[in-house]
Amino acid sequence: MQRSFLMKNPSVMIFLAVLAVFTVLVTVGSEAFGAGFISTSFVKTLGKTLCLALIAVAMDLVWGYAGILSLGHFAFFGLGGYMIGMWLMYERTKEIVVSSLSQGSIPPTDQEIVDGIGSQIFGVVGSSEFPVIWAFADSLFLQLVLVVAVPGLLALVFGWLAFRSRVTGVYLSILTQAMTLALSLYLFQNDSGLRGNNGLSGLQNLPGVTASQDDVSMWFFWGSALALALGYIFAAWIVAGKFGSVIRGIRDNEARVRFLGYSVEGYKLFLFTVTAMIAGVAGALYYPQAGIINPAEIAPIASIYLAVWVAIGGRGRLYGAVIGAVLVSLVSTFFTGGQAPDIDLGFYKVQWVDWWTILLGLSFVLVTLFAPQGIGGLFDLVSGRKHPDRHGADLGPDKGSLQEEEAER
Amino acid sequence: MGTNVKRALIVVLALLCLTSQIVAQDAGEPETGTPDVAAVELGPIQKILQENSELILESSRRTIQPAIDAVANSGLEAAPSVLSTWAAREMYQRLSDGLFFAAEETGDDIFTLTDFDTGETVGEVSDDDLDQVKPNSGIRGLIATALVRFQLNDPDPDTRREALQSLERNANADLLEPLRESIVLEDDPEIKARKERLEKLITISYGSDPEVRIAAIEAMSGDLGVDVRAALNPLLTTRLRAFEGAVPESANVAEILRPGSEELSREEAYALVGGEPLLTDAQLRGALADNIVDGAVAGIPVAALSDPARRVDAYEALEDAGAVPQGATQADVDAALEGVTFAAVFDQPNPAITEAAQEALTGIETRVGFFQIFDVSLDALSLASIYFLAAIGLAITFGVMGVINMAHGEFIMMGAYTGYVVQQVIPNHTASILVAIPLAFAVTFAAGVLLERLVIRWLYNRPLETLLATFGISIALQQLAKNIFGTQARPLTSPDWLGGAVVINDVVSIATVRIGIFVLALVFLGVFLFIMKRTRLGLETRAVTQNPGMAGAMGINPGRVNMLTFGLGSGIAGIAGVAIGLYAQVTSELGQAYIVQSFMTVVVGGVGNIWGTLLGAGLIGILQKGIEWFNPSNTLAAQTYMIIFIIIFIQFRPRGIIALKGRAAGD
Repeated sequence: MQRSFLMKNPSVMIFLAVLAVFTVLVTVGSEAFGAGFISTSFVKTLGKTLCLALIAVAMDLVWGYAGILSLGHFAFFGLGGYMIGMWLMYERTKEIVVSSLSQGSIPPTDQEIVDGIGSQIFGVVGSSEFPVIWAFADSLFLQLVLVVAVPGLLALVFGWLAFRSRVTGVYLSILTQAMTLALSLYLFQNDSGLRGNNGLSGLQNLPGVTASQDDVSMWFFWGSALALALGYIFAAWIVAGKFGSVIRGIRDNEARVRFLGYSVEGYKLFLFTVTAMIAGVAGALYYPQAGIINPAEIAPIASIYLAVWVAIGGRGRLYGAVIGAVLVSLVSTFFTGGQAPDIDLGFYKVQWVDWWTILLGLSFVLVTLFAPQGIGGLFDLVSGRKHPDRHGADLGPDKGSLQEEEAER
Repeated sequence: MGTNVKRALIVVLALLCLTSQIVAQDAGEPETGTPDVAAVELGPIQKILQENSELILESSRRTIQPAIDAVANSGLEAAPSVLSTWAAREMYQRLSDGLFFAAEETGDDIFTLTDFDTGETVGEVSDDDLDQVKPNSGIRGLIATALVRFQLNDPDPDTRREALQSLERNANADLLEPLRESIVLEDDPEIKARKERLEKLITISYGSDPEVRIAAIEAMSGDLGVDVRAALNPLLTTRLRAFEGAVPESANVAEILRPGSEELSREEAYALVGGEPLLTDAQLRGALADNIVDGAVAGIPVAALSDPARRVDAYEALEDAGAVPQGATQADVDAALEGVTFAAVFDQPNPAITEAAQEALTGIETRVGFFQIFDVSLDALSLASIYFLAAIGLAITFGVMGVINMAHGEFIMMGAYTGYVVQQVIPNHTASILVAIPLAFAVTFAAGVLLERLVIRWLYNRPLETLLATFGISIALQQLAKNIFGTQARPLTSPDWLGGAVVINDVVSIATVRIGIFVLALVFLGVFLFIMKRTRLGLETRAVTQNPGMAGAMGINPGRVNMLTFGLGSGIAGIAGVAIGLYAQVTSELGQAYIVQSFMTVVVGGVGNIWGTLLGAGLIGILQKGIEWFNPSNTLAAQTYMIIFIIIFIQFRPRGIIALKGRAAGD
């Protein structure tokens, strides 16, 4: 089964090979295990980019294949980050508190340690009590479960509510955007229990690990690469089978699939929840490399950027999502990091830090208008695959997959 | 009249005594010039001043009061002028004879002296012979209070009002009597009402007769003024006290408290009773740390002391050994609390007064609560009109045309920045607003037409692509605004006639700018209805929206109609931007703050129906303000709950409050 699936989808093999080569190259070039021509901070950037590619794959499943433009997947990404961040911050602070308390002549009681951690973590928001949601913060296993459970549960409840009442299309997009906004506004409060707009910080330090950041960054890079590979195989497996056919059918004509007897809501809900879980995992790998997470990361705009990556890369094909995410986020890092040279026009100096977002926005409009296949469409040129010669304009999702002039025939 | 005669007599007697005193004094100090002349001609007020001259010259806030009182209570006509001259630092002492005069510098270092008693000019003196009396600000305050009673009866109403104002700020018991006297003489009804109100307030706080105080409390019980509550609240201050056995009759008990309850923890109760101090965890730890012997405390190894129970064991062992003081245990606390009654006792001993005050306060609070609901409703209405204003453009582009324009918020921002730029050019606020509104419409209309022509036209029927493409425009426009205007907020100042607030009473008030926005929202509602129902463009728009092919067959140019309609919706967003900019800060993120709420407003209300948008804005505004009212100081939480509510609301009415039926529904 597995063999035949991979044989049937050569693009998966190619992708995995490219990812493997890339991972080996970075390992060889890293400061920790190789020649050292790739700096640790760049290794972190690459590792983060792989996480973004993973959530882009999830987004592509939901949007490119099922036609649900979710503007909430970055919220799930952030929730995953928060869940792992709670454990990292708790254990890290515990180490510090224990070492400072054991300086005293009397060994500390458990309660004293917990109180110390509480005042360390929540001092910035004027509290020292542990909120209820931190109940499992001392257990890595439970927090890892929460990394997938919390985004999954939120997606399940929200998706059930939304799909049940047949909210589709742009309404669903706006609704998911509202959900994201509500979540980020909630987290911005100081009494949300997650340190308000301070967020969780110091996540790059792994508790109980004495290895240098050079090593840790490589571990996370490998972890991210592995997660991306597994996520990609999983996504490819999902879309390759009958399930994939059904969700593509839902994208093209939801009513027709429903009349064929499929439980459209069930399929959508499953896909929405699973991709939220993948997003949670991606977030849990991303934020320890970023070192800090705060509610601004969850703001609706981040989810829209995610859609932009997938659209530029080419939706409806998994490698397109990966290409879009990797390319746009790396180019963004290049331009906003101040590395790009300014362009002197004589009368005005174009500073890329200021003008990059404008360029991105406009190029995005151009891609939407003129290259709906995105960058991934270039591969069709190479492989010689041709799109059917359709007539007239797209009629939109509600009218099915027919084009304007075909419908009139 | 009788009292006046008596006073005059007393004054005369006092004067006689004084004269002899001063003569004696002056006789003892030969260098102060001609004593006999001064002694003979001293006026009554001058005598009082002389009597208190030491205090006056000492000019110390602690000791000056008797001197002020002596002048103020003299009953002499000259007293107020002396006090005001004194406070104005225009009172001088002539060094040659020690007499006090009002002096005015009329020439170079030459002062003209005026006698207080006669009001006549005495002569001109060089400043070498004068010493200015310099009261500090504290003393001037005391003098001002003393002056109040004279000013209360001043013929000039403005002076009386000022006096009342200063009395309101620092009332005290001494002023009660003069105030009451002045009420009878008052002929201005407005000032009289104010005086009567103030008299009651001071009576509540400082009155001596309980009956009168209760009457005053009851009279004020319907008043919403903050000052009334400020006068009543001090009457109800309580203190926690512990009594052996039952509470004595004499105490005015507010509430009996049980230790261990929410209001009174056992520790607090124990602290009230007194006794051996409770051992805190920190003290326990400290005591143990002080008694480590060979790595163990009282035989228990230090490593085992991470267990709280073992810590207590160790401490008890130390107690037995006498190494540490006895610490109170829970049993001690129980024993100490046994048979003791705890009560919150009013500082005010008279139960009748506290009862009346409580009743009055409850009544006032009920009324305040009622008006607060009214006030919150006004706020909600104003917020609703802001949302409506932000959403009405969207009701055209999204509601009627079905185009998702994520850059709608940026059109609002463009309008606000247009207002700002106009204000830089035209400094007159009223004129600049009048120019800014049509200009903002023009700018955003043009931007909307451009957007429709270049982008949206190619994406009709592909709403998700429209959403993403306009989002690209949105981030580009936002960054562009940031590049041009910077990241800091730009002010858009409203004209003076929109600057104030309409105050209905101490609880209810609303900023005029919000009323303006409300009116503007109503105007736009009318404009929208007129254009859609009564004009050719509205008819064509509706036709094109329902069936573009058929509309085209009827001779309507769908492209042109779509372009104009989209421009109209965008233009209205620009005007909304000017209005919103008047009360919010203009930043590049202004539009972003409204975009989600605007879409929510349209979706909740029901797409394609302006009344639905109106209801949606009303619902969202009321919800947000209502939640804020229950959970004040937390607008973030209010927004969160509001959005969650909307998500649930859409479950039950997926097509909004007013759902289109039949063919117009579009499916």
